[in-house]
Amino acid sequence: MIEVKDLTRYYGQKRAISNVSFNVQKGEILGLLGPNAAGKTTTMRILTCYMPPTSGTATIGGYDIFEQSMEVRTITGYLPENPPIYPDLEVNDYLKFVAKIKGVEKNRIEKEVDAAVEKASLGDVRNRVIGKLSKGYKQRVGLAQSLINNPQVVILDEPTVGLDPKQIIEIRELIRSLKGEHTIILSSHILPEVEQTCERVVIISNGRVVAEDTPENLTTRMRGSERVQLEVEGDEDAIKKALGSLPDILSTRIETKDNGVCKVVVESKSDLRKEMAKSLVDSNLGLLELHPDKATLEDIFLHLTTKEEGA
Amino acid sequence: MKKVMAILEKEFKSFFYSPLAYVVLALFTALTGVFFYLYLSSFVEASFMDAIRSQQYRQPPQKLNVNLMLIRPYFWNIALITLFTLPIVTMRLFSEEKKQGTVELLYTTPLSSTQIILGKFLAGLTLSAALLIPTMFFQGLLFVYGDPEFWPVVSGYIGLLLMGSAFISMGLFISTTTENQIIAAIGGFALALLLWIIGWGANFAGPSLAPLLEYVSIINHFEDFAQGVVDTSHLAYYLLFTFVGIYFSLKSVESVKWRA
Ligand SMILES: Nc1ncnc2c1ncn2[C@@H]1O[C@H](COP(=O)(O)OP(=O)(O)OP(=O)(O)O)[C@@H](O)[C@H]1O
Ligand SMILES: [Mg+2]
Repeated sequence: MIEVKDLTRYYGQKRAISNVSFNVQKGEILGLLGPNAAGKTTTMRILTCYMPPTSGTATIGGYDIFEQSMEVRTITGYLPENPPIYPDLEVNDYLKFVAKIKGVEKNRIEKEVDAAVEKASLGDVRNRVIGKLSKGYKQRVGLAQSLINNPQVVILDEPTVGLDPKQIIEIRELIRSLKGEHTIILSSHILPEVEQTCERVVIISNGRVVAEDTPENLTTRMRGSERVQLEVEGDEDAIKKALGSLPDILSTRIETKDNGVCKVVVESKSDLRKEMAKSLVDSNLGLLELHPDKATLEDIFLHLTTKEEGA
Repeated sequence: MKKVMAILEKEFKSFFYSPLAYVVLALFTALTGVFFYLYLSSFVEASFMDAIRSQQYRQPPQKLNVNLMLIRPYFWNIALITLFTLPIVTMRLFSEEKKQGTVELLYTTPLSSTQIILGKFLAGLTLSAALLIPTMFFQGLLFVYGDPEFWPVVSGYIGLLLMGSAFISMGLFISTTTENQIIAAIGGFALALLLWIIGWGANFAGPSLAPLLEYVSIINHFEDFAQGVVDTSHLAYYLLFTFVGIYFSLKSVESVKWRA
């Protein structure tokens, strides 16, 4: 449903994300997890056609985000980091406005607004001015807005930030209830959050994708895994085969390939440096470099497991 | 077009749900009202003097021209007040969306930049037209108690609307460039003022530059309208001006979407 390929974005000289790639299946909930300034918002803004990438491409429902942006915007609902609300408007008027600019047919506007109000439990504040609602309710109005016109894809940027624990639970339940009917990407900087709502997680740090897995696997992997970076001369498949045959290997990822030299990142349950070297040499591959890369994931993990705010 | 109307309607709602609308309306009505009163009383005084004179010298009264002595200068006056007021109307059109982050909604829903800009421009134009309504009541009094010529009044309002649309397109453009409403207002006002007084520079400029300055000056083109003449060249000037303002606003909005 969503294919993201090598997205890179610069702000002036500063690179916010580089070569971000991942896929999301139809009906899946994907978590985009990363510490502050990792590039989550940047990635989401590119996917929702708010701004173009410097390089790279992505498609949503088969539509290219740059070439077919109107189609992408039609099938995508988006809740930005700060809910995009007009404080002077009443909830009902605001949602009607959103329905109109999303191109909902006149005779369906009422129904769409009712459905969104219902999903976001906004019934008792429908006729209140948005500016006078509490933070949590403003967030819900933002969420309701993203669900108008029943979008196939919903992109939520930190949907539970600033809410109290009870509201967090409600919003999580709401998001889980959207599963199946909608394809969802949500971002967060806390692991427990994505653990509870997402089926798959992409961890992004410093603008790069550093891991991609189910929340359960990620937790076990990060708690007791060894990460090794290798530079190997030879064929990709041969490298994967040579390393994959070893026991205790969790994942093998080819990061870059340059003139026949591959940069490989391997995660394993135990220290396999000796075995890896032997296996590669036995397979007639040129091992150019091998060094442990423990710090990064553990570092990120530390940031991500810091306590849930407010909970 | 439905989406353009949706934006226009939203602009109206947020404008009238916020106190700003009433401040602007009150200010505009008060200023145009005070000036109307001043012009009217000096006209009445002049008529009175004329009546006394005609009695003293046993001549028929001159019958002063209300169009010439009251309506025409009053239109100039409204134009000047517009110059001060419209930047307050246009400042929020885009800057506020940027500040509140609602541009993220506008840019990520299936709205084209043209729809957004047109909706905002039309909202500004309608508001500026609404501001003129009280002055129509004031001038209506002249028709109740006297009989001025009608068409110069109509052409005067056409001129005000055209000049208003030029100011609004320009103010809208300034508003797309900043998220700070104060800067948008001051910028819009400064630019409008510059275009207003640039014609004065013609007196000091060389023979090659002077006609250009006179042509660019926004108020020079208003003169004929205030006198009851709708001249196509002045009409064309304001329409072109408006078009350029809208075009720049569009480019400014779209520049966000260009590949870096
Ligand atoms: N408009 C901008 N201009 C310049 N730099 C920016 C801009 N927006 C983001 N950045 C930079 O890009 C990097 C990634 O920012 P981004 O907002 O995508 O991170 P994030 O993962 O959403 O962080 P957070 O959890 O704090 O929301 C940061 O270093 C940030 O300073
Ligand atoms: Mg963010």
